[in-house]
Amino acid sequence: MISNNIPVLIPITFLVTAFFIVLFGQFRRAVAFPLAILGTTFALFVSLSGLVKVTTSGTIHYHLGGWVPPIGIEYVLDPLSAFIASVVCGVGLLVLIYSYSSVKFELPAKIVPFYGIAMLLLAGLTGIVVTGDLFNLYVFIEISALSSYAIVAVGEKKAPVAAFRYLLVGTIGATFYLLGLGFIYLLTGSLNMADVAKILTVTPVNPALVTGAVLMIVGLGLKMALFPMHGWLPDAYTYAPSAGSAILAPIGNKVFAYALIRILLFVFNKDFIRMELPVLDVLLWLSSAGILYGSIMAMAQNELKRMLAYSSVAQIGYIGLGIGMGNMLGFIGAILHIINHATMKATLFLVAGNLRYKIGHSSIDQLDGTIRKKMPLTSAAFAISALSMIGIPPTAGFFSKWYLALAGIERSQWIFVVVILLSSLLNAVYFFKVLERMYLQSANYKEGTYSKTIHKDEVPASMLIPTIIFAVMVVLLGLINAYIVKYIMTMAPSGL
Amino acid sequence: MIEFIVGHYAYWFTLVILLLGLYGMLKKKNLIKKLIAMNILQASVIMFYVTSASKWNATVPIIDSSHPATNPDLVANPLPHTLMLTAIVVSVATTGVAFAILILIYRRFKTLDEPELLERME
Repeated sequence: MISNNIPVLIPITFLVTAFFIVLFGQFRRAVAFPLAILGTTFALFVSLSGLVKVTTSGTIHYHLGGWVPPIGIEYVLDPLSAFIASVVCGVGLLVLIYSYSSVKFELPAKIVPFYGIAMLLLAGLTGIVVTGDLFNLYVFIEISALSSYAIVAVGEKKAPVAAFRYLLVGTIGATFYLLGLGFIYLLTGSLNMADVAKILTVTPVNPALVTGAVLMIVGLGLKMALFPMHGWLPDAYTYAPSAGSAILAPIGNKVFAYALIRILLFVFNKDFIRMELPVLDVLLWLSSAGILYGSIMAMAQNELKRMLAYSSVAQIGYIGLGIGMGNMLGFIGAILHIINHATMKATLFLVAGNLRYKIGHSSIDQLDGTIRKKMPLTSAAFAISALSMIGIPPTAGFFSKWYLALAGIERSQWIFVVVILLSSLLNAVYFFKVLERMYLQSANYKEGTYSKTIHKDEVPASMLIPTIIFAVMVVLLGLINAYIVKYIMTMAPSGL
Repeated sequence: MIEFIVGHYAYWFTLVILLLGLYGMLKKKNLIKKLIAMNILQASVIMFYVTSASKWNATVPIIDSSHPATNPDLVANPLPHTLMLTAIVVSVATTGVAFAILILIYRRFKTLDEPELLERME
């Protein structure tokens, strides 16, 4: 009986947990963290059981309030959404465990609101993943967006300004999506994704359809920070608190990439997005420009979190590139990169948080060999995920790039193959800059400030263990990628 | 051509409001004015939906046994209105969050003027 309710249980769990955290948090602040972990663990358990259920017995449909679609709202758990929901819950859980010490250290007065908002954020993100209704998608986009503005705003001194900009840009994105949806609704008379897809196959191409599609894609592009609509991202991720950027960066904009995949490849007719409106080609060019721009800007940064934020702009380009290829290999590359990048970026942001926790800053200039001696495991985690970002086998990052390159070769789009290879080189430049300081630069001993022997001084276990788990995951995902790819092939829309 | 413009005048006004909102968000220097422009932008989309639901000679979509409305042509489409109720709630929530952030900015930097703010952030 409960298995039919899995799609709706995932976001509802987070919403209920958010409510109880704020309610009980009024009386005891210490209750916020265990409640958040409990809620997220339950949601992870539900989404993993959904994943198993979906692979054995097919897609699960849940009709909200018993109304049958297309009139009622439908939640759908198909292989793709079950997979992404599990990734979101899994990454969310590990980052929340990590956040215990980090939030206590950075935001001692805001523990209860932080966990309440983190739950709302996860509710919004998982809602985007499981919903099968286009307007419901808009509502969840706004739930996740509002909570991410709040998470960014509690950060450093300049954080509110970054959050306000993010709010303006994010609202433009959501409003464009809503406007585009208006055109699609007027054209088809339906809001259910499957129903709209069915009606669009017999709708002749007309200006209203083109306008609606363009507005929806631009809106989601703004939300996922697709170049050149990425302006809000570097500031927001830099100034957010460590735990905040660690939860936003790995899954925040990936979920919007998922929404773009959903709408482009599952809702719109495939002849429409290839022939009538060459949106896939536009996506290819924008993504490759984004990859190069993000990597070059990352090289110029002197602050670790800012460098990682620019590298996020580049990495979202890989996902866009995979969608834009419009073939099976590109789809595999995009989905594989969503999970790979989520683990890699989570590791890197956790390491940045660890550095801030122990040495109080994360500026690259001031890193040196003492870090490696003080925090050997943190440095090792950084090294592994940096190698993965560059794309060295057998780490996870290699395989998504491999499939993207194969996709480019299959479509004979050589220029994009060159972009992928070139970007690996650029990634190597900016990650080796940090690695070199961490591992090769001898500590600049100043008289009296450093003792000759440096004691091991790692972060607390609640921060260290999630970092290590993520780093191990980066290697593990690379080793078992054949199984994941086989599974991803079952998610692809028909006729890809 | 004239007929196309006049016949869709409600949509043209919506477009004007939309562009007004976008212009304000891009060009205004004061953050409060940017926020007002954001609300104008959201209002334009709300009006777009509501306009799309209206019809000549149609009545309110209420089930009433004394006036059985069996012909859908005689009833306004209720769905866009209900969708926009949700969108209005979202826009109010966004404005609330924006004001909270603006208060935070003002407390830290004592200004809401963007060029001045950028100066003080250095």
